[in-house]
Amino acid sequence: MSYRGRFKIWRGDAKGGALQEFVVEVNEGEVVLDIIHRLQATQAPDLAVRWNCKAGKCGSCSAEINGRPRLMCMTRMSVFDESETVTVTPMRTFPVVRDLVTDVSFNYTKAREIPSFVPPPQLGPGEYRMQQEDVGRSQEFRKCIECFLCQNVCHVVRDHEENKTAFAGPRFLMRIAELDMHPLDAAEETGLDRKSTAQDEHGLGYCNITKCCTEVCPEHIKITDNALIPLKERAADRKYDPLVWLGSMIRRRRTD
Amino acid sequence: MTTQVERHSYDVVVVGAGGAGLRAAIEARSQGMRTAVICKSLFGKAHTVMAEGGIAASMGNVNENDNWQVHFRDTMRGGKFLNQWRMAELHAKEAPDRVWELETWGALFDRTKDGKISQRNFGGHEYPRLAHVGDRTGLELIRTLQQKIVSLQQEDKKEFGDYEARLKVFQECTVTRILTRAESGSAADSRVCGVFGYVRESGRFFVIEAPAVVLATGGIGKSFKVPSNSWEYTGDGHALALLAGAQLINMEFVQFHPTGMVWPPSVKGILVTESVRGDGGVLRNSDGKRFMFDYIPEVFKEKYAQDEAEADGWYTAPDTHRRPPELLPRDEVARAINAEVKAGHGSPHGGVFLDVSTRLPAEEIRRRLPSMHHQFKELADVDITAEPMEVGPTCHYVMGGVDVDPDTAAATGVPGLFAAGEVAGGMHGSNRLGGNSLSDLLVFGRRAGLYAATYAAELAGSRPQVAEEQIEGAAAEALRPFSAEYAGNTDTVDGRPENPYSLHQELQQTMNDLVGIIRRAGEMEEALHRLADLRVRSRTAVVEGHRQFNPGWHLAIDLRNMLLVSECVARAALERTESRGGHTRDDYPQMDRLWRKSNLVCELAEYRGVITGQDPAMGQIKLTRRDMLPIRADLLALFEKDELLKYLTDEELSA
Repeated sequence: MSYRGRFKIWRGDAKGGALQEFVVEVNEGEVVLDIIHRLQATQAPDLAVRWNCKAGKCGSCSAEINGRPRLMCMTRMSVFDESETVTVTPMRTFPVVRDLVTDVSFNYTKAREIPSFVPPPQLGPGEYRMQQEDVGRSQEFRKCIECFLCQNVCHVVRDHEENKTAFAGPRFLMRIAELDMHPLDAAEETGLDRKSTAQDEHGLGYCNITKCCTEVCPEHIKITDNALIPLKERAADRKYDPLVWLGSMIRRRRTD
Repeated sequence: MTTQVERHSYDVVVVGAGGAGLRAAIEARSQGMRTAVICKSLFGKAHTVMAEGGIAASMGNVNENDNWQVHFRDTMRGGKFLNQWRMAELHAKEAPDRVWELETWGALFDRTKDGKISQRNFGGHEYPRLAHVGDRTGLELIRTLQQKIVSLQQEDKKEFGDYEARLKVFQECTVTRILTRAESGSAADSRVCGVFGYVRESGRFFVIEAPAVVLATGGIGKSFKVPSNSWEYTGDGHALALLAGAQLINMEFVQFHPTGMVWPPSVKGILVTESVRGDGGVLRNSDGKRFMFDYIPEVFKEKYAQDEAEADGWYTAPDTHRRPPELLPRDEVARAINAEVKAGHGSPHGGVFLDVSTRLPAEEIRRRLPSMHHQFKELADVDITAEPMEVGPTCHYVMGGVDVDPDTAAATGVPGLFAAGEVAGGMHGSNRLGGNSLSDLLVFGRRAGLYAATYAAELAGSRPQVAEEQIEGAAAEALRPFSAEYAGNTDTVDGRPENPYSLHQELQQTMNDLVGIIRRAGEMEEALHRLADLRVRSRTAVVEGHRQFNPGWHLAIDLRNMLLVSECVARAALERTESRGGHTRDDYPQMDRLWRKSNLVCELAEYRGVITGQDPAMGQIKLTRRDMLPIRADLLALFEKDELLKYLTDEELSA
C-alpha cells in the first residue's frame, strides 16, 4: 500500500534555484499535494506552495508535474509508477516568488482590462428572463476556476514575455466570449462591440488555435472550440484573419 | 527602534474576501467610502467557492406558495429556535433581493422553463428554494462579486485614472490584530482604529488605519481533523474579535455535514453536496436498508414521510406527499449516519452509502451534479452514475461567532467593529440549513458594509489614531516563532522546540476525538486540559527559514487563533447540558426547553489583548450565560401553538 516515493521539487526564488531531491512516504489514494504537505510537515517546513480547497474547486495549486501543467490536488499518485521520480516545478510563464509559488498578477491585470457586464437598462432586478439553452453557453465558461493553467501553457506568452502586454490569454479571451454570448448583455447598446475589441485590444489574433489551453483545462472547458474560434469567426466578419480561415478548414475536414 | 511597517489609510477595511467580505466591500465603496479588502489567499479563491448546492431565497419561482414567512419558519426550525430571530427575519425578507441583484451584476443561474431562476429542494426547506448553478453555486457567487468589484474599479479608473482609487484588494495578506484606541485610557471605551498584518509574499508587516473594520473571515474547521474546509479556516476573525474585546456566542454549535467523502484517506472530509439528496439520492446502510425512516425526531414527525412509497411520491407530487427523511436538517442526518456506523451497519470504509445511480438516469446525474461526478471519478475511481458513494460526517460550519447587532452587524462592545457571514453568530441558532449560508453572506455582508460606511462617515474628523506601542506589540507577537522562546526554556520536552505542524495535528486530533459530533463531559474536560497544554507548547513553536512566503511561520501564527477558538467550543459545549442542533451530548441526549433561550457568551478572560497562557490550569476564555430577547409576537404567530410547545416553555408562551 505505502511506498517510499522519489521526488524532485524546484526550490528557490526570483534570484534562482534548483531541483531538490526528496524521498517521502506515499500512501494509497494520495495526490501530489498530499506529498507536498507531508514534506512541509516532516522535511521542509518552509516549502512554499499555494493551495486552498484541495478539492479541485479553487484553482490555487497549479504547478507543472513532470513538465505537464496540472492541479496538484487533482493529480493522483497512482498515475505514476512507484519507481518513477516525480518532478514538481512552478508554472513557467509567471515569475517565481518562492519555490512552487508564482506571481500571477498578470492575470489580475488582464481581468481589469476586459469591459464588464453591461446590465440591460430596461430591466430591473428580478425581471431577467433567459432560457436554459441560452445561458448554457456562457455557463460553460463560468465553470472556470481561474487556475491559470491555460494562461501558463499558451505558447503566445510562454517564453514570450514581449507578448504579454498585447495578449489577454485564453482565460480572458474566453471571458469576452462569455459576455458576448450572455443573452442580456447590453454592451452593444452602449457602443461597445466585444468581438472587435477581442481582436483589436486583447490580442485574439495571436491565437493560432493549437488547443493547448483546452487540453490542460481541469474543468474540461472547450476553450478553443467553444469560446475562441466562435469569437474569431465573428470578429472575422469585420477583419480578415487567415487563421480563422485555416481553423474553419480544419474543422470542416473533421466533420467529413 | 520603530518596527518597519507599510502604512495605509482607508475609511473601511474588510477582512476576508469570501461572499460576505466582497459584498460588504461593494456596499461600503458604493456608499462613497474608500475601502480596502484584505484576503488571506488570492482574490477569488475564498472558501465560498466550495459551496455547492445553492442560495436559499423565497422567490417562489418553482412553488409560488413560498414566501419570507415560510423561509423564516424553516430557518427557526432548523436552528431549533435558538436563532437570533431578528437576523432570521431580515435574512428571509432580504434574500430574494440579494439574489436578483447578482443577476444585474452578470450572474447566470440555472433557469426554469419560463426563464426565471430555477430553485431546488434542500434539507429543511419546505419548498424548492435554492437558486443554483449545477453544483458550483459558490463559484458563481464569488466570481460575480469579484467581477462586480472589477467593474467598480473600472469606473474609478475612468473617473480618477486609477483602478484602486476607492477600492483596493490586498491579496495574500493576513491580519493578526485589530488595533483599538481608548480615548480615555480605559479599555472599556476603546474603538477600532485599524488593523495590523503581514504580507505573505514578502513577510513584511502592514498597518491600515481605518475607523471601521468588517470581519468576514469565515469559520474554524481547520481545528478539526476531518473538515470540509480549506486551509484558511483557522478561526482568525473569531480570535481577532475576542482579542479586540468582543464577545462570541453559540460556539458550542458546530455543524457536521452528514455527507463528506470517506475514501481514500487523503480526501476524507471533502464535501458531497446535499443536492445529491435534494435531487433524489438516498442513504442506505450495509444491509441495503434506507435507514433514515428510523431517525425522524419527534419535533419533525408530522412533516416527513414514514415509508419509501410516500417519500418517493414527494419528488413528483409534493403537495400530497410528505418529504423524504433524507432531507431532514443536517444535524439529524449526521447523527443518524454516526449511529448506523457505530451499530455496525457501515460501509467498508466507515461511512454509509449515498446512492443516486439507481434514482436518476446517468445523463441527468451528469447534468445536475457535474462536479460531484468529476470529484468521485478523479479522486476515488467511483462512477456515481453507476454505483453508490461512501459518505460520512465532516466538520463543515460553525454556527457560533461574533455577537452582533442584528440590524447593523456591529459587534457588541467594540465601536467600529462589524462582522458578517460565518464569523458572525446568532443567525442560524443551533444548526444552519443548507443554502442559508450563501444568502446569509449576501444579506449581512451588505448590511455590515452599509453600517460600517455610515459609522465611518459619522466619525468624520474624530477618528481614533493608531498607537505606536500597539504596532510594536503586534509585530513582536508575530515574530515570536522566529525568536526561539524555547532557548533555555525548561517547560519544553527535552528543551527542544515544537514543530507547528505537529501541534496543529495534535489539536485537530483532540477536537476530533473529544469535542466532535457526540460529546461527553469527561472527554471535554480532558480536551480543555490538552488545549491548555498545547497552548503552553505553542509558545515554543519555532519556524525555520525566513519571512518570505513561509507556510511554517503562517501556521505558527494561525495556531494562536485555533487554540483560542477551540477553547471556546470546548468550554461552551461542556457548559450546555442538553442536546440541540450542532451540539449533541451523550450524557444529556434530550433537548431542554429551559436552555432554549440561553446563549453562552465567550470573552477573553484576562486583560483584553494580552495572552500569557503560561499556566495550563488557567483558561483564556471566560464563559457567561445570557438570556436572549423574547421572540417578537408577530413572528411567534407564524407558528402553530402545538409546535411552539416543543421548543418554548409554558411561561414563555403565556408571556
